[in-house]
Amino acid sequence: MTRPHDMGGRFGDGAVIPEPETPVFHEDWHARALAVTLAAGALGQWNLDTSRHARERLSPRDYARFSYYEKWMAGLADLLVEKGVLSREDLAGGGDDAPHPLAARALKAHAVAGVLAKGGPSDRPSAIPPRFVPGCAVRTLRPAANRLVDGGHTRLPAYAAGARGVILSCHGAHVLPDANAHGLGEAPEPLYTVVFPASELWAAPEHPGDEVTLDLWQSYLEPA
Amino acid sequence: MPHDHHDHHDHHDDHTHGEDHPHAHLPPDPALRVRALETILTRKGLIDPAALDAIIDTYQNRIGPKNGALVVARAWADPEFHAALMRDATAVVADMGFFGRQGEHITAVANTPQTHNMVVCTLCSCYPWPLLGIPPGWYKSDAYRARAVREPRKVLADFGVTLPGDKAVRVWDSTAEMRYLVVPERPEGTEGWSVEALAGLVTRDSMIGTGLPRQPG
Repeated sequence: MTRPHDMGGRFGDGAVIPEPETPVFHEDWHARALAVTLAAGALGQWNLDTSRHARERLSPRDYARFSYYEKWMAGLADLLVEKGVLSREDLAGGGDDAPHPLAARALKAHAVAGVLAKGGPSDRPSAIPPRFVPGCAVRTLRPAANRLVDGGHTRLPAYAAGARGVILSCHGAHVLPDANAHGLGEAPEPLYTVVFPASELWAAPEHPGDEVTLDLWQSYLEPA
Repeated sequence: MPHDHHDHHDHHDDHTHGEDHPHAHLPPDPALRVRALETILTRKGLIDPAALDAIIDTYQNRIGPKNGALVVARAWADPEFHAALMRDATAVVADMGFFGRQGEHITAVANTPQTHNMVVCTLCSCYPWPLLGIPPGWYKSDAYRARAVREPRKVLADFGVTLPGDKAVRVWDSTAEMRYLVVPERPEGTEGWSVEALAGLVTRDSMIGTGLPRQPG
């Protein structure tokens, strides 16, 4: 049911190690990995949800042994082949250097500032009316799973499945990752911030007043 | 229900594990792996190395926590700005020139004597890039992603922060495209300070909620 990226609440990971604000990149290849990923994304062959899912469905062993930017590189290489941009032979160094049909879409240096400034807003018009208003009691679905594609991408973490919370705010309709990651369209629907008492999520909460909020789509929620 | 056909079930031994995945065709060393991918894509005209340099320059030198610090300092200095920021942070910070990738939908959350806010992305590493830049290593670490939601006070202790017992912690798990900026409490003894001087007290970690602002003096 779950995948290794869904680690909220997990035990055994040890201390968090603080670090100074610089350097931004600890290795040159970290910076290159970030830049290659953004530039390849600009080819327009996948969306943000697809690329997140590509990292999530690395094998659990790869997910655990790869460092952060190694996951990015592995997810990118897998996507490039799956989408037909590159072949396995290309990755192995045996491909040709003929001009690629997508080369005209390559991100040029002069366009970088504009592309980064534009970003990719996820709010959309939607015909689906909001079911909830702030203050409504809701319960999340259980199990936390994509209802459209078995084993597919979803943004409801396992630790919050079946939990009772209260709507804190409504954000209008946003692209539904569960559909968009799998070529099923953007399927926008209302998005909410939902607040949960820590005692609803954890067997031994640290403090009776503590809370966790999550941003959840309407189809993840039912009235409670 | 369709199955996720890209899933791979690996039955090989440790040595050959993951060879079903295209990425296994790249060199194993991470730095060489990145260089190989960059080289292949460049040769085919799919990426422009000068564009990569421009992206890196942007996040190494131009966009970083100084942006967020300026927003927080203005919020401290100007109650009207603070109110507008809490109402519609996306529009307010866009007016200051801070917008774009991974900052399309921004919410500011203010610490109070009653509540301390802390931000995490348990599922990946969502972070308000236009305000804080690229997230630090610890924000992307398994330890932070796993623990911040369940034991935020123990995580704060890793940062040397202890909260009073009567202060609640609210942890924001960034599961959608909403990005969060923590507005820490203004340090005492800063009455009359300029926005620029106040910004000097605002640390990156204080805007994620794992730290507190520097104290004056």
